[in-house]
Amino acid sequence: MKRVAVTGMGAITPIGNTVNEYKQALVEGKCGIDTITAFDVSGSKYTLAAEVKDFDPVQRLDKQVARRTDRFVQFALCAAQEAWEQSGLEGNIDPEQLGVYVGSGIGGFNTFCNEYEAMLSGGPRKVSPLFIPKMISNIAAGNIAIRFGAKGPNMSHATACATSSTSIGEAYRAIKHGYAQAMFCGGSEAAITPLAVAGFGNCMALSPASDKNAASLPFDKRRGGFIMGEGAAVLILEEYEHAVARGANILAEIVGYGSTCDAHHVTAPDPEGTQVARAIKQALDGNETDASKIYINAHGTGTPLNDKTETAAIKLAFGDDAKKLHISSTKSMTGHLLGAAGAAEAIAAIMAVSEGVIAPTINLLEPDEECDLDYTPNKALHTDIELALSTSLGFGGHNACLAFCAVK
Amino acid sequence: MTIFEKLAEIIAEKVDCDVSEIKPETKFDSLGIDSLDITEIVMSVEDEFGIEIEVSSDLVCVSDLVNKIEELTN
Repeated sequence: MKRVAVTGMGAITPIGNTVNEYKQALVEGKCGIDTITAFDVSGSKYTLAAEVKDFDPVQRLDKQVARRTDRFVQFALCAAQEAWEQSGLEGNIDPEQLGVYVGSGIGGFNTFCNEYEAMLSGGPRKVSPLFIPKMISNIAAGNIAIRFGAKGPNMSHATACATSSTSIGEAYRAIKHGYAQAMFCGGSEAAITPLAVAGFGNCMALSPASDKNAASLPFDKRRGGFIMGEGAAVLILEEYEHAVARGANILAEIVGYGSTCDAHHVTAPDPEGTQVARAIKQALDGNETDASKIYINAHGTGTPLNDKTETAAIKLAFGDDAKKLHISSTKSMTGHLLGAAGAAEAIAAIMAVSEGVIAPTINLLEPDEECDLDYTPNKALHTDIELALSTSLGFGGHNACLAFCAVK
Repeated sequence: MTIFEKLAEIIAEKVDCDVSEIKPETKFDSLGIDSLDITEIVMSVEDEFGIEIEVSSDLVCVSDLVNKIEELTN
């Protein structure tokens, strides 16, 4: 079994369009939520989202690539580019040993809606030939492979809001078991569209709040649903000895992955939290350390059910030690990046082990007796962290948990 | 404006190049235009000229498409 290092990170998020901007905003407790600008929200019960700001694809991508891709692919390509540059792998990796596991919960939602409208108004001949290759959810992985010549394993996992944690975990396994020497992995989402907001809203997942600082409220008694976000985050994982041999800057080591399913309900988590707890234990296996040195970047969506279920699951996994853990939900700042959430949150987890700073849960003002752990309310905490976990739960009952530590 | 000039305008707008780069003998692939782009260009041409063109692999250079348009508009 091979060890696996993190040697590159890239991010496009509602609070920063590079990893450094994003990390700084996390530490400052910046809120990325505001009134939706992507479409007219008059007539909608749901008016807030965490949009990516000041993103001009033509500035950051080849013009032809920008023209031929959906926003979710543009985010993914930019995040992959940043991670690639940081990794220093250019010219230092066999292309057949370089893979891509970058997924999306949904894919090109906006492209889908636009082309359907084109067909309704003008008939089938008006549907763009680029419709399918812009929309399909695996096409971010396909485009990244084309851009960087990555000819190794290439897949797009779809586990809803757990997508990018699944992608990172599976990439970890691919390297650990010798199927590749380096992998782009993560996820991307750009689904702030009228249809998606209506759909998530009507399945009771979204917060109808209109005050941006009282909207995404993980672990707070006032929480009433999540706020949709968008963006992408991509890590480069690399076989540890390969990274050491080429003198790479190793950002962290990924040391565990858990993957389970509730087998309970299509949208609601199992209130017992047993399978979330099992995913946490799988990721923790062999990495146990003093609970006061562990950070958990929780899925923490701010839905009434998620946060109490997740709290119950953490208690199941850690027993009495749960009280000693440092936990936070960065969705309080970024909203819910859906298929990109796990990878964006993995960066917060890596920041905790590599820089000793825990991003806070902002706007956490009213404690809930069913959420009674330490969620790092409102202010970042500087403390030594030995192990960081990141949990993700997706519609369908998918649970994933990743474990990172600093390189010793 | 000739058919060629109109078509050159449509292509230049689509691929964001200078219209002077486009000559009748210019091959689509030299402009980075693949079969998907050709289909999109044909869709714009259909709107512009009020015709229906069957996209086929014999559309290699700009003049091939000009000839097709001439056939269908005469």
